[in-house]
Amino acid sequence: MLKINNLHASIDEKSILKGLNLQVNAGEVHAIMGPNGAGKSTFANIVAGKEDYEVTNGTIELNGENISELAPEERAHNGVFLSFQYPVEIPGVSVTNFIKTAINETRKAKGLEDMPAKDMLKKIREKSELLEIDRKFLSRSLNEGFSGGEKKRNEIFQMAMLEPKLAILDETDSGLDIDALRIVANGVNKLKSKDNAVIVITHYQRLLDYIVPDFVHVLHDGKIVKTGDASLALELEAKGYDWIKKELV
Amino acid sequence: MELKDKLLSSYVAFEDNVDTNSAIHDIRSKALENFDKLGFPSKKLEAWKYTSLNSLLKNDFSIFPDRGRAVDLADVKQYFIHDIDTYKVVFIDGKYSSFLSATTHENFDVCLMSSALNKSKYKSVIETYFNKVAKQDNLTSLNTAFASEGAYIHIPKNIEVQKPIQIINFTTGSEPATMTQPRNLIVVEENSHVQIIERHQSLTSNAVLSNVVTEVFAAKSATVDYYKIQDDHTNASLVDNTYVDQKSNSVVSVHTFSFGGNITRNNLNFYQNGEHIDSILKGITIIEGKQHVDHHTLVHHIEPNCESHQDYKGIYDERSTGVFNGKVIVEKEAQKTNAYQQNNNVLVSDKATINAKPQLEIFADDVKCSHGCTIGQLDDDALFYMQQRGIPKKEGRGLLMFAFANTVLESVKIPEVKSRITKLIANKLNVNIGFDL
Repeated sequence: MLKINNLHASIDEKSILKGLNLQVNAGEVHAIMGPNGAGKSTFANIVAGKEDYEVTNGTIELNGENISELAPEERAHNGVFLSFQYPVEIPGVSVTNFIKTAINETRKAKGLEDMPAKDMLKKIREKSELLEIDRKFLSRSLNEGFSGGEKKRNEIFQMAMLEPKLAILDETDSGLDIDALRIVANGVNKLKSKDNAVIVITHYQRLLDYIVPDFVHVLHDGKIVKTGDASLALELEAKGYDWIKKELV
Repeated sequence: MELKDKLLSSYVAFEDNVDTNSAIHDIRSKALENFDKLGFPSKKLEAWKYTSLNSLLKNDFSIFPDRGRAVDLADVKQYFIHDIDTYKVVFIDGKYSSFLSATTHENFDVCLMSSALNKSKYKSVIETYFNKVAKQDNLTSLNTAFASEGAYIHIPKNIEVQKPIQIINFTTGSEPATMTQPRNLIVVEENSHVQIIERHQSLTSNAVLSNVVTEVFAAKSATVDYYKIQDDHTNASLVDNTYVDQKSNSVVSVHTFSFGGNITRNNLNFYQNGEHIDSILKGITIIEGKQHVDHHTLVHHIEPNCESHQDYKGIYDERSTGVFNGKVIVEKEAQKTNAYQQNNNVLVSDKATINAKPQLEIFADDVKCSHGCTIGQLDDDALFYMQQRGIPKKEGRGLLMFAFANTVLESVKIPEVKSRITKLIANKLNVNIGFDL
């Protein structure tokens, strides 16, 4: 599904990723953990195609195709979804109409007609129920005045609507109380299948109680320095990151 | 010859075609003297600091254009709101086009200024209202001096006019450069209601300067909804001078949609002569290239317990320039005034310019006056967010800009006007999305 080879990237000539390698296969859940400033969010933004970053070396392959030169919307059309750590507020555009536009633009890119209004409504109903989203919420301006939890739930709602192949959840757990965390994690688990993959970026182990990873990677100083199974996350929770840094010396 | 001299020396020829033995002609001659004294506005005047007419005035304008080329309905249909039934008062190169118009005298008058000025049955209305609210500044004086044609609308008491009225002025480019002086008078008596759509449209790329004066009188409890659609050729310039006189409990709204032209100057003046009046001034400006749009608004709160609401949104691309000067005067007697003014601008390019100036002069002490003015750029993070969800950059920008301007569209009461403006905006932003927000 996703194959990243020796990825180097920088912003304003400051090097952030320094030779990152990662392979994610369909049906897998990967967790990326690491201390502050390790480059976790940068990694997510680079895979999604944010133009502020410059890829100086290496490749990002999605299903065998190098996507590192594609525009963000083209990557989205190919099935990349990023749940933002800080979702942007867009006044004047309702949640419903935003997601409708997103789906229909994606269909347009694939040469398909707009989704019939009836099907769209049905899908919106299903997915909003899955994430226990109040209908009234759907007619509000996108993310405007939403609480932290509402924003994150709305991100996963959009993910459910768009049905991506590769979902990257960037600190989706931050700002969530336990109930919201359970709802969001439950949503992600229901959307998981043998045909898609999820990368969970998090500081804390608690999200991984609900979304159980097949692999846990530690990102440090722009590289993945350690990979293990779910138990690695528990070990990190207990011992912190210092022991890994020491191992590297 | 300078344009001013040309205009002054043409007056004698103009007099050949109008009744010179009338009270109206005395008003005209006085206005001509005034224009002679004042001349065209220069940048030295505070009100014209950011808008220069100099380049425009170099054109050798034809002042009395010949009856222009014949106009085919099929060629101009797109400029009408044609999906609903309307009254129409249409002019081609300043002359009335009976072929394109649909006037009425049934219960109220929707017809021509030229007949209203000449026929005795209109005399009392003309004498009561003509040139009574228009301010005698430079360009209004020029228009008054040559005032002979335009729309005349008189709605007596207690009538809700069911169909909107369209006032459309076409210029055909029969001359290399054409100047017109349309003059409209709209009198809405007590408790009546009317909706008006106004458009100035050049049919070629020849230079045009339209210097328009519209006087609107809204009597007690009258309602007037006025929509101005400005989407003209890049060689067509417009100076729109609109003066609104409101009496107690009246509600008048003017929406100005400025999507193109060379130089567009909107002088919109409201005078509140009564209590419990509501004045609504709204506008969307979306321009690019070297286009220039200048909104000068005035709301004069003279009596107590009145409201005014202003909301102007501007999107400027390339080297376009915009001006917003919003003046609110609250007289000492005008206690309990609620005056609101909002002006937000987005500069899409580094080379675009906006000069924004809220100007509040408040002499009363128990009032609520608020104003907000912003100048910003499109949010790159919002664009990336939209792209990440599959919405291409161009469409994302379109969506952001539409959402930005949409607060102005929400108060448009004629659905067909709203959908037309929505289409014009989509076209302007070069996107093909429904904006079904």
